[in-house]
Amino acid sequence: MIGNVPFVVCMVLVLLGLWALLFRRNLVKIVIGVKIIENGVNLYLVATGYVRGGIVPIYTYAPPDAVMVLPTPQALTLTSIVIGLATTALMLAFVVVIHRHKKSLDGRKVTELSG
Amino acid sequence: MNLPEHAPILAIAVPLLGAFALPLWAKLHRSLRDGWLALVAGATAALTALVAVQVYTTGIQVYTLGASFPADTVAPGGFPIRIILTVDALSAFMGLITALVAVVGFAYAWRYLAEDEGKTLALTLGTLLWAGMLGMAFTGDLFNLFVFFEVTSIAACGLVGYRTWASRGPEAAFKTMVMYTVGGLFVLLAVALLYGEYGALNLAYLARQIGGSLIDRIALALLLGGLLMKAGAVPLHMWAPDAYGEAPAQAVILLVANTQISLYALFRVLFTLYGGVPDPGVGWLVVALGTLTLLVAALMAVVQMDAGRLVAFGAVSQIGYMLLGVGVGLTAVAARPAYGLVAIQGGIFHMLNDAVAIGLLFLAVGAVERASGSRNLGTLGGLGHDLRWTTGFFLLGALALAGIPPLNGFASKLMIYQSSFLLSPILSALAILASILLLAVFVRAFQGAFLGPRLRKAEPVPVPMLVAMGVLALGVLALGLFPELVVRHLVAPAADALWTGRDLYLQAVLGR
Repeated sequence: MIGNVPFVVCMVLVLLGLWALLFRRNLVKIVIGVKIIENGVNLYLVATGYVRGGIVPIYTYAPPDAVMVLPTPQALTLTSIVIGLATTALMLAFVVVIHRHKKSLDGRKVTELSG
Repeated sequence: MNLPEHAPILAIAVPLLGAFALPLWAKLHRSLRDGWLALVAGATAALTALVAVQVYTTGIQVYTLGASFPADTVAPGGFPIRIILTVDALSAFMGLITALVAVVGFAYAWRYLAEDEGKTLALTLGTLLWAGMLGMAFTGDLFNLFVFFEVTSIAACGLVGYRTWASRGPEAAFKTMVMYTVGGLFVLLAVALLYGEYGALNLAYLARQIGGSLIDRIALALLLGGLLMKAGAVPLHMWAPDAYGEAPAQAVILLVANTQISLYALFRVLFTLYGGVPDPGVGWLVVALGTLTLLVAALMAVVQMDAGRLVAFGAVSQIGYMLLGVGVGLTAVAARPAYGLVAIQGGIFHMLNDAVAIGLLFLAVGAVERASGSRNLGTLGGLGHDLRWTTGFFLLGALALAGIPPLNGFASKLMIYQSSFLLSPILSALAILASILLLAVFVRAFQGAFLGPRLRKAEPVPVPMLVAMGVLALGVLALGLFPELVVRHLVAPAADALWTGRDLYLQAVLGR
């Protein structure tokens, strides 16, 4: 049971992020919501690769009989973090441009496009 | 080097690296940039065609990265941990669609984009988007599906929002980016769930392991949600008309191809990954979403006054037809009645027809905007006097999309009507109703923009733009006049890949 706590925490993070997306109107807070979802998913990925008592998966440093945590999820997480950096930077850049035009970050005020 | 063997990875690598070299050439001289783009686009299109010819003649092609020879898909321990590309007939078909759309788009962009309005940037992002789409079509493992999903997301949103001197573009891009990113994270969460359960990312290996447990079902729901968000199916479509309406015309047709690639990924997940767990409920869900999409989008198109947004809702509605066709096939995939195969063929054929016809419409709207400076149907009028070719192209695209008989939209829509009628007559009635609505919408747009007295002066449309539209117009006519040729040689193998090709796909990757 206690072993499942990390997964539950990750899902709580994902739901928190979705809540922020749906109910926050400030554009920066929407970006933060997306980031929280992303961190939940990344933590989930790392948690799936954890082996109890495992050590860092660096082959040359490990003693011969060592138990290592799985390296694949860590590689995936690293990739996902890099992608997350790009998407966040792009989203924040759009927020800056929108703010420059509208002098506001309120999602309800900046909408020109609807229907 | 053995070119045919390495063609799948080169088809992704050439546009990816070529895109990043593009701004460097532009620093030297813009004619060097244009030459480089022509070279990269030509090479990529040729490689995609080479892959397609190989796949259509000899069957599924696999390519393993980092192995001693490309067909060595399984690592020495017998565990499929390697990164692989798997190209079957459907992947190759999608690759051909992206190649057609990208080449036409670049030819159009040559004179459509202004040099001082970020032309280099738009061409770079367009090439990147193309690379991402080819990656999504060719990849054989789930994590790379996510990576290329995000590559297309970033490039697509950049294309929607790079014109930062207006506020509408960045706003549409922000909306789109949030939807794409959340969709991508849903896909990643599904990948993490499947990895946690089976310890693999290889699509074929997972397909063999998946048994329909609760985790599998949650992962399927997340994959459906994420990919439908990107495809722009109706409850999640709100980004699509904004993005299509605000992006420059040559980017919009790439965005349309991008939604189709997401649909391809969805079909790959439903038929290949989850094909061993036939659940008619999922098929009915896809059918219901498809019907909802084609109806709601057609209704929304009726009230639009902006020509770009009007065509955009038409584009969303076409996604519904593809979902309907393939969804009908999915409900029937367990029992295998003949109409299921016809439905899938109709859905896949409609992807090609949609790319050609809606692409023609978007390019025509772009030409109108460039020539007259406006897209508002309330102020446009009488453009037919000055823009004769564009008028003809718009009419052709509109009639094809509404499904008027000698043109290509009719050929695929008829297959969808026939097969969905056999599943439930209501479905085909609704699909025909949406087509009639679209016809009314496009006739109104045509009449408003092109007929009547000359209301404003229109600049002539540059020849390269006309040539790009002409290629698509020829496609509309050719696909409409000889549909059975195209269906037999291009579409039928692609549909078979979904209908019966699952075992072949698993065999090609896992070897047994």
